[in-house]
Amino acid sequence: MSEAVASAEEPRATATVAPEAMSWDSRARRVVVLYLPLACFVIILLFPFYWMTVTSFKPNAELYDYKTYNPFLIASPTLDHIYKLLFETAYPRWLLTTMTVAVCATFLSLLSSTLAAYAIQRLRFKGSQYVGLAIYLAYLVPPSILFIPLATMVFQLGLFDSPLALILTYPTFLVPFCTWLLIGYFKSIPYELEECALIDGATRLQILTQITLPLAVPGLISAGIFSFTLSWNEFIYALAFIQSSESKTVPVAILTELVSGDVYQWGALMAGSLLGSLPVAIFYSFFVDYYVSSLTGAVKE
Amino acid sequence: MSVTTAPGWNPVRQQPNWLVRLFDWKPFLVFMCMLPAVGLLLVFLTYPLGLGIWLAFTDTTIGRSGRWVGIENFEFLFEDPLFWQAVFYSVFYTGVATVGKFGLGLWLALLLNNHLPFKSLLRAIILLPWIVPTVLSAIAFWWIYDPQFSIISYVLVDRLGWLDHYIDFLGSAWPARWSLIAANIWRGIPFVAITLLAGLQTISPSLYEAALLDGSTPWQRFRYITFPLLLPILAIVMTFSIIFTFTDFQLVYAITRGGPVNSTHLMATLAFQRGIPGGQLGEGAAIAVAMVPFLVFATLFSYFALARRKWQQGEGND
Repeated sequence: MSEAVASAEEPRATATVAPEAMSWDSRARRVVVLYLPLACFVIILLFPFYWMTVTSFKPNAELYDYKTYNPFLIASPTLDHIYKLLFETAYPRWLLTTMTVAVCATFLSLLSSTLAAYAIQRLRFKGSQYVGLAIYLAYLVPPSILFIPLATMVFQLGLFDSPLALILTYPTFLVPFCTWLLIGYFKSIPYELEECALIDGATRLQILTQITLPLAVPGLISAGIFSFTLSWNEFIYALAFIQSSESKTVPVAILTELVSGDVYQWGALMAGSLLGSLPVAIFYSFFVDYYVSSLTGAVKE
Repeated sequence: MSVTTAPGWNPVRQQPNWLVRLFDWKPFLVFMCMLPAVGLLLVFLTYPLGLGIWLAFTDTTIGRSGRWVGIENFEFLFEDPLFWQAVFYSVFYTGVATVGKFGLGLWLALLLNNHLPFKSLLRAIILLPWIVPTVLSAIAFWWIYDPQFSIISYVLVDRLGWLDHYIDFLGSAWPARWSLIAANIWRGIPFVAITLLAGLQTISPSLYEAALLDGSTPWQRFRYITFPLLLPILAIVMTFSIIFTFTDFQLVYAITRGGPVNSTHLMATLAFQRGIPGGQLGEGAAIAVAMVPFLVFATLFSYFALARRKWQQGEGND
């Protein structure tokens, strides 16, 4: 491993120096140490999606016969699995529930974490850094240790089996994350702008709504899309708190409703997974720059 | 920015009404701003955390509030071979998957840090496994690991002829354990690679130039420049990765549900199985609480890494 890292490291270091130093870095070498491993990575990372797509469009005859058909290709594509999924199961309903839950949870956590991040980063009250630390620590509490007590709470509050339970519990992991992201974002906005506005007689709320928030829009978008993706992907709470078939979210419903008996309907399962992944993937493709920039911490001008 | 406020500027300062003044009073404003976030977290995070610890010392079942039973749940668990197996597999799963994710993720980050065509497209594609819901990609892995129609077996047996029989990925304990680890590594690589790439890009190229002039080998440049400068971000990403791998639930639940013969139970899946379908909330909570020491250890690790050097930019999550 270490040798591989070292050799992979090489072209980058040389690429930053003058071109004549690169002469020894031949094309063939670059292919072997860079493009070949990269191609392997991309193929392995994308293969499950390719396989998912291929399976969901294959007729059953082809699906279980590798001898006569090449499994990597589709001889006669069919929409049977998708048709079955959309019209013979409650799939559209599950999609709608998931969407509602994700949007509401995102909105709720974005609202509360924007206010919290602003207060921690800009109002700088006494002990604000400890509150910030506490919120950061809250992110380190995983859902796996909270779901049992939350299940009893949800039951006592009478929210069991209702999407509201999910909308209220998802912020437990969304708020710490968004707050943390937004604190970093607010930090990058020059404080002088707010001071100028204070001198001009703006109130604190006016500063927040008219100066800080418009400048923080990219940060808000990043936080929003991350929250949406995380809510869409959430599984354990949805599995524990939702019982009835019609108010399940997509990930839970596919696993509990479509997997029935001993014979797995792989075509339908893959079609369900594909359709369940698509909204997030499309959403992601629109905002990919925001994802990457919030991961790479781009600095706001 | 001042341009937008200039037209509305009034030389005679109006006396704002009481509501505006209340919101301009800092303690009140701080309180109002912190209320939603702190309220949500206290009610749905801190309280359940305490409740969970309390439940671990009771014999609560679904539909019946429990009695205090002291450490009976823990005593029971300590004699339960299944629990110890879950602890073992959780540690093993976390250890192996973390090494795999970080080894491969670092390698991928170093590859991506080169001058490449279509770099942003490549980054977008690589992040895809991390965006897609874990359960859904886990179902795809489940199908890939199918005993009869596994595409991996097909390639190895029918195409390449390296093996003479199909692999039974999920049918027996160790193959199932390794298959789950492979799926976890697959899902974790993009996150590690993209966050470490962000760290790599903050390293100044002049350091490499200086090292190159001094006649350093590539390994020396990695060991003495890249690695030390990457260490702060590496420590944080690793803490997150360890915590979320250790408490992983979705992947195992979707692919094996703890089987075959309970050999792939993680502590989280065992807690779920005992707690929700099994109805033994107290016992499930005790298993969940048993995860806490490991998490505290990981958090302290993170805290000291942070104290040594503030993190420079936001990372993602798992």
